[in-house]
Amino acid sequence: MHCQECGKRPATLHFTKIVNGEKTEFHICETCAREKGELIPGTSGGFSIHNLLSGLLDFTPGSHAHGTKAPENLRCEECGLTYSQFSKLGRFGCSSCYKYFNDRLDPLFKRVHGNTVHVGKVPKRVGGHIQIKRKLDDLRRELQYRIHQEEFEEAAALRDQIRELEKNISEE
Amino acid sequence: MANLRFTEQPLSEWMRSGGKESEIVISSRVRIARNLLNRPFPMLATNQQSEDVLNQLESVLQDQRMQQFGPLSSVLLADLDELDKKVLVEKHLISPNLANESRYGAVFISDDESLSIMVNEEDHLRIQCLYPGLQIEEAWEKATAVDDIFEAQVDYAFDDNRGFLTSCPTNVGTGLRASVMMHLPALVLTQQINRILSAVSQVGLTVRGIYGEGSEATGNLFQISNQITLGQSESEIIENLYSVVMQIIEHEKSARERLLSESRLRMTDRVMRSYGILLYAAIIDSKEAAQRLSDVRLGVDLGLIDTLPVQVLNELNVMTQPGFLQKKFQVSMSPGERDMYRAKLIREKLGK
Repeated sequence: MHCQECGKRPATLHFTKIVNGEKTEFHICETCAREKGELIPGTSGGFSIHNLLSGLLDFTPGSHAHGTKAPENLRCEECGLTYSQFSKLGRFGCSSCYKYFNDRLDPLFKRVHGNTVHVGKVPKRVGGHIQIKRKLDDLRRELQYRIHQEEFEEAAALRDQIRELEKNISEE
Repeated sequence: MANLRFTEQPLSEWMRSGGKESEIVISSRVRIARNLLNRPFPMLATNQQSEDVLNQLESVLQDQRMQQFGPLSSVLLADLDELDKKVLVEKHLISPNLANESRYGAVFISDDESLSIMVNEEDHLRIQCLYPGLQIEEAWEKATAVDDIFEAQVDYAFDDNRGFLTSCPTNVGTGLRASVMMHLPALVLTQQINRILSAVSQVGLTVRGIYGEGSEATGNLFQISNQITLGQSESEIIENLYSVVMQIIEHEKSARERLLSESRLRMTDRVMRSYGILLYAAIIDSKEAAQRLSDVRLGVDLGLIDTLPVQVLNELNVMTQPGFLQKKFQVSMSPGERDMYRAKLIREKLGK
């Protein structure tokens, strides 16, 4: 595809701009992008962490072995960002992108963070149920330990606590 | 905006006290990234959506509990001229990214400038705390307290598995970036620095220049920060950074002692020559200024210079930056002219 600005150089940047719900697609070369100041939205131009990331994102798990390249039409239904745009920009368009691209994110996070699952702070309101789940996990672990130590009185108290919490969750 | 208080003074209030390990650690910073639920990230947001985000986040400032941090001033980036933005970046009160993205970009700054809350940067909300010396824990406690107040009033984009959802995959999870700015001249002089920095990168930490990503380490200042934000808890991240920083401090201290005991005369010569150049030069570029200031700072720390308060050096680190120089002398300068004004300013400041 040629650059839609100069018509000469190959288009290397493809992105969608959504202004007031109106979607415009751009296919331009880097030279024109820089001149127009349209370069990757949100970056100041030049090499950035996002350029680096897009290198990582092009990596598709098992793409060589199983031919499971990201389907052309994989996109976030919420903001319209396609997976291929995401892999070029190195950034998500909205929080729903995480949901729509979820199947492809584990290898990326594994590479960047060495991990795929959050274990840190949980917001009180939005994540209330997670806190309960984590508490349950802790209690169950302790219960196992007490049983192992043959401290049955403590174990019984823990069991009651666990039941109470489980009841709370199922009522929600 | 005619006179923005934050761009008039080079030294933030928070920099006036030293903090722990202040001979080696200049400052500690914690930043947490958050986004609002069901709103496109700033990169894709329309003007209207960005404005809504700003209004929603700004309303949280009215919360009673915010008062513990003192009055916060709201600054809309669009109201600032380029020079003021530059100075805010030089003082680390905003990121270079926010300075470039002025569409409803805003920052709320506390009076002592230790807390700055950026809106519509790469993420909707970025809470940043800056402290002098080694105080990562303290900075985190303040940032998370501010975070709690926002969380009580607005719905964050949060996922059970992925944690806090951020625009960039490198911030997802905790959204936490903790960093420590260190002055490591002895490790550079004794050529141990590369070995140490490569070791640092192997334990999930990263080293950058003083103005963040992509900037060069000048004046022997290095910013060490966590790379991993997913799969480690905040306290793990902070403890890990803390323990690595403590080890680097030990190495730097022993390198300083060795330099002093084995080559005291040469060290004195180096430090005094740099001091002399700063006192008498008529032109000096920013790179040389940073290097000379680093030598003099080392001289002060080693007790080779005892007449100069370290605070003056902190001040000069900020004042010799291009933005602040132009602000101070109220003229726009070519890089060549800047070198002249820089030398003039340093002479004035040290000559007192």
